[in-house]
Amino acid sequence: MQLFPAGANTLARATLVGAALAVVFVLVAVDRLARSAWLTRVGDAREQPIPFSHKHHVGGVGLDCRYCHTSVETSPFAGLPPVQTCMTCHSQLWSEAGLLEPLRRSFATDRGIAWVRVHDLPDFVYFNHSIHVRQGIGCTTCHGPIDKMPLVWQESSLQMSWCLECHRRPERFVRPRAAVFDVGWQSPADQETRGAALVALYGIRKEQLTDCSVCHR
Amino acid sequence: MSRPPFPPPPRPPAGAEFPECAPQTQDAVGRRAFLELMGASLALAGVTACTRQPVEKIVPYIDAPEGQTPGKATTYATAVLVEGYAAGVLVTSHEGRPTKIEGNPTHPATRGTTSAQVQAEILNLYDPDRSQSVRHAGWPSSWPAFITAIAPELAVKKLRRGAGMRLLTGATTSPTLGDQIKELLARYPAARWHQWEPLTLDSIRAGARLALGQDADSQYHLDLARVIVSLDADLFADGPAAPRHARDFALRRKNGGVARAPNRLYVFESTPSITGAAADHRFVVHRALMPSLAEALATATAGAAAMPFCRRAPPLAAALQAQVDAVAEDLLQNAGAALVVAGSSAPPEIHALCHVMNRALRNVGKTVVYTEPVEVRAAADALSLAALCHDIDAGLVDQLFIIEANPVYTAPADLRFAERLAKVAFRARLGSYEDETSALCHWHVPAAHPLESFGDARAVDGTVTILQPLIAPLYDGKSAYRFLAALLDLPGRSDHDIVKDYWQKTWKDDSDRRFAKALADGFVAGSAAPPLSIAALPRPAAPLAPLAPAATGLTLLIAADPSIKDGTFANNGWLQELAKPLTKIVWDNVAHLAPQTALAHGLENGDVVTLEVGARRVEAPVWILPGQAPDCVTVHLGFGRRFAGRVGDQVGFDAYRLRTAEQLWTRDGLRLTKTGRQHLIATTQSHHSMEGRDLVRRASAAQYRAAPRFAKTLNDKAGPPQSLYPERPQGDGNAWALSIDLSACIGCNACVVACQAENNVPVVGKDQVARGREMAWLRVDRYFEGSADAPVVSFQPVMCMHCENAPCEPVCPVGATVHSSEGLNEMVYNRCVGTRYCSNNCPYKVRRFNFFGFADQGTESLKALRNPNVTVRARGVMEKCTYCVQRLNLARIAAKLEGRGVLDGEVQTACQAACPTAAFTFGNQNDAAAEVTGLQASPLSYELLDILGTRPRTRYLAAVNNPNPNLEKG
Repeated sequence: MQLFPAGANTLARATLVGAALAVVFVLVAVDRLARSAWLTRVGDAREQPIPFSHKHHVGGVGLDCRYCHTSVETSPFAGLPPVQTCMTCHSQLWSEAGLLEPLRRSFATDRGIAWVRVHDLPDFVYFNHSIHVRQGIGCTTCHGPIDKMPLVWQESSLQMSWCLECHRRPERFVRPRAAVFDVGWQSPADQETRGAALVALYGIRKEQLTDCSVCHR
Repeated sequence: MSRPPFPPPPRPPAGAEFPECAPQTQDAVGRRAFLELMGASLALAGVTACTRQPVEKIVPYIDAPEGQTPGKATTYATAVLVEGYAAGVLVTSHEGRPTKIEGNPTHPATRGTTSAQVQAEILNLYDPDRSQSVRHAGWPSSWPAFITAIAPELAVKKLRRGAGMRLLTGATTSPTLGDQIKELLARYPAARWHQWEPLTLDSIRAGARLALGQDADSQYHLDLARVIVSLDADLFADGPAAPRHARDFALRRKNGGVARAPNRLYVFESTPSITGAAADHRFVVHRALMPSLAEALATATAGAAAMPFCRRAPPLAAALQAQVDAVAEDLLQNAGAALVVAGSSAPPEIHALCHVMNRALRNVGKTVVYTEPVEVRAAADALSLAALCHDIDAGLVDQLFIIEANPVYTAPADLRFAERLAKVAFRARLGSYEDETSALCHWHVPAAHPLESFGDARAVDGTVTILQPLIAPLYDGKSAYRFLAALLDLPGRSDHDIVKDYWQKTWKDDSDRRFAKALADGFVAGSAAPPLSIAALPRPAAPLAPLAPAATGLTLLIAADPSIKDGTFANNGWLQELAKPLTKIVWDNVAHLAPQTALAHGLENGDVVTLEVGARRVEAPVWILPGQAPDCVTVHLGFGRRFAGRVGDQVGFDAYRLRTAEQLWTRDGLRLTKTGRQHLIATTQSHHSMEGRDLVRRASAAQYRAAPRFAKTLNDKAGPPQSLYPERPQGDGNAWALSIDLSACIGCNACVVACQAENNVPVVGKDQVARGREMAWLRVDRYFEGSADAPVVSFQPVMCMHCENAPCEPVCPVGATVHSSEGLNEMVYNRCVGTRYCSNNCPYKVRRFNFFGFADQGTESLKALRNPNVTVRARGVMEKCTYCVQRLNLARIAAKLEGRGVLDGEVQTACQAACPTAAFTFGNQNDAAAEVTGLQASPLSYELLDILGTRPRTRYLAAVNNPNPNLEKG
């Protein structure tokens, strides 16, 4: 007696192929998900306790990055301005504005403002701002058009493959030291040639940039 | 469907009915549950990669503190206390969290040296078992309640001029505390101050009074000494001056230096010590023979001057007498640059004889300098404590304040201190832990750590350090200054004000500037005790009684533990797990026996014996130690604690129970009985022998002069061994390398603890060490050569060798261990999947695997202890020495910010910075001018297991010692 109908063979083949495709699909899906903007939060303008606008302060008022991020040239951590820094202006300007109420409360009660961290590297990465700034990596290279962000979003994925784009070929991104804090700087057409010259000038050791211990210890 | 009328009877637990069906293991997770968990975790492992990072908040300062940059560590100069004396240190602080202690190189007494205990002090600061609140009769109370409670007590005492009031402290060198106590005694004239330090210097002080006619401290300058004789003195391990002694001794030894500026160390000792291991001649002598030995040596070197201090000890055996004569001759030939020292266990007359010898040899003012005592009260501790006990019995004491001392645990057993303490009507204690003494006191006040409060203390040479806090008290501890201020009716005064006022009183004008400078420097310049000139040695008032004939049978020797000392560090996991220099035992103390004594009693390692002296007995496991004097049994103090904390409780046995006030260090008439039981002892190195391999290469100065290249083997002479691998490009950047000088290494273990503190290395516990799973990145190997009765001992620090041809690298299936462009063998924790192939393939066995989640990630206070620049490793990950790559990166970045290269000596590894003898030299071997390059080119430089062709970046300098040719012949 024939247990299986005639179509069973086709079904079996389709199942085999389907299973293989399903595996590929899952792998691709996981890979896409891992790189997705949803996961990395790229482009996600984050709500903050005070809607501080870099667009206004940097693009409009024209403050230098280092006015607030004071330790960016000397420390691994760029520094988040103490409330005192905000109050330099805001004790005079917009001193009654409702939006700034949390700021004044913080100053009066001596309790810090809990900002949402936008650029959050994994804890096993030891990133150092000072050396990047010193070696000609501009703020906007990683942080994007900060002068156009009303609320800051993450411009780059901050994943290791992204880091390596520059750590393998820094000449594509390095700019003159004078332009590091220039938010409007655009890479010239001959960036690779000029970059290569700067890499040599700054003494950037390319072979060292991919040593594991440069970022992981 | 109907329900059954009765619920079914409860099923008996599996195995109750049929024992053979009982579960085989007591594991919490069964086989089925294990498979379920495995399946689930495998399925979820992929998904975890796709989870978003949790939202993190970032809170800036309101007003940023001055002088601090977020993300950058700051360093403060202060001191930590070693047996009451200051050790000048620099403490690294990350955003207000002190994380690492290092020596202060400019400190005049300690000169940047540290010991394992100084390194481990940082863990004590964060110890979660430190006492956290004031307690009254065991119940939580408060500081104001304590102040209120003592007020009427003190008021009554005022009326009675302090009669019945007693203060008990440990050894103290703090000028401010001394001043406060003086004021207290002035206000309460009938009150008394007692002092008890378990590792007391009583005998040394009595010896000085006997020979010099006054109280005086002896400062030894080993760097000026060409011949040093130690009579049972552990110069390199005992007391706060030990690291400095080691440093000064090694100055003449480094890189074969002994062949150019020779010094020679003779050690006569009854139990092996690291000083004996470093000696050119180590004589194993029963402690009962020490008086004879000292008298023979003194008669030969000082002649008639020694006679008043001799107690007619029996003459030495001819062989030993001949050796003593040779030593005496060497001393006489080097008069003016010689030194004779006796240990704290030696009786006063031996110390007196040493003073006589040093005087006769014209060493005074050169290798030994006398100063006024540095301690506030240089009195006899044992007598002081005995007097307190006597007065309690006489009903003269009804109020006792105890500061830091823990006499219930540390007092000699014959004083029965616990019983006597209970008779005192009012007992209050300031202590870091709620320990044995606090348990018997009405009031307990938590003490602040020296890194939590202002204070002052003097170093061994008298140099004052003003201690500054790096952190506010974690547990609301009070400093001794505040405690005493409370007794002086000034409970509101801060320790800063108390200390500053004292120095204002002392310095008068300009005190603000001097105070600030002292804080910045870490010491008060020029505050060392001035040398005393003692014109002539007085003769003892009464002739000394002749020595009683030496007892026969076994003698018990009592000594401080090499790691946890008198028990102060019992709750310090780093020190408990620190392999003791000679036995490599962790988490235990043992009774050390000579091989022939063990044989005579039919004992083996781990046999539990009863040690009985007089009416007191303890049970102890036996350990056979080559080089121990026959018929001498050595036990270490500090163990068998009942209230130390979660780490130190019930570890080992309590040797204090065998101590009496009369005989603190040596007890005759020991009876040893085998119990038939066994105790598991965990060691990190169970093998003694190098098995004929040249792991530690050594030669005498004469051999070295004759054949300077003795350390180079055949392989070296034929050039580097052939390799299948292509030559690794060296590049023109930094090429890090380390040189370890075996002439300088004394095996003190400071490097091991420093590495643990710097690199967040976890503690695993005795059980795991017994399974060979200790985590220390740096170990100090110990080898015995020669006879088991008097072996030659070698120490060799071993950590990752950073091989050019690293055998670990090609076997890693996931590329988790790779080579860096600067020559480092790197370990990438995130890639590691835990195959352990690398560890299997490492010939040096320096890789450590996290078999469990060893790092304590749960305890809140320990989170603040961690070095934020080093990953805390998780379970299943391999780890090993990184050459302190975090320091390399910081130094390289700092150099680049200034537009220069890393300077030689700019970056020090943690082990290098901790080493008292500077045995480690780290640097860039591509820099021709670097110190390490010079050392690697030394003819003494060799590679460990060079025949394997691994081409390590860490290399050793062979040991060169300086035996006496006259003794060599005999």
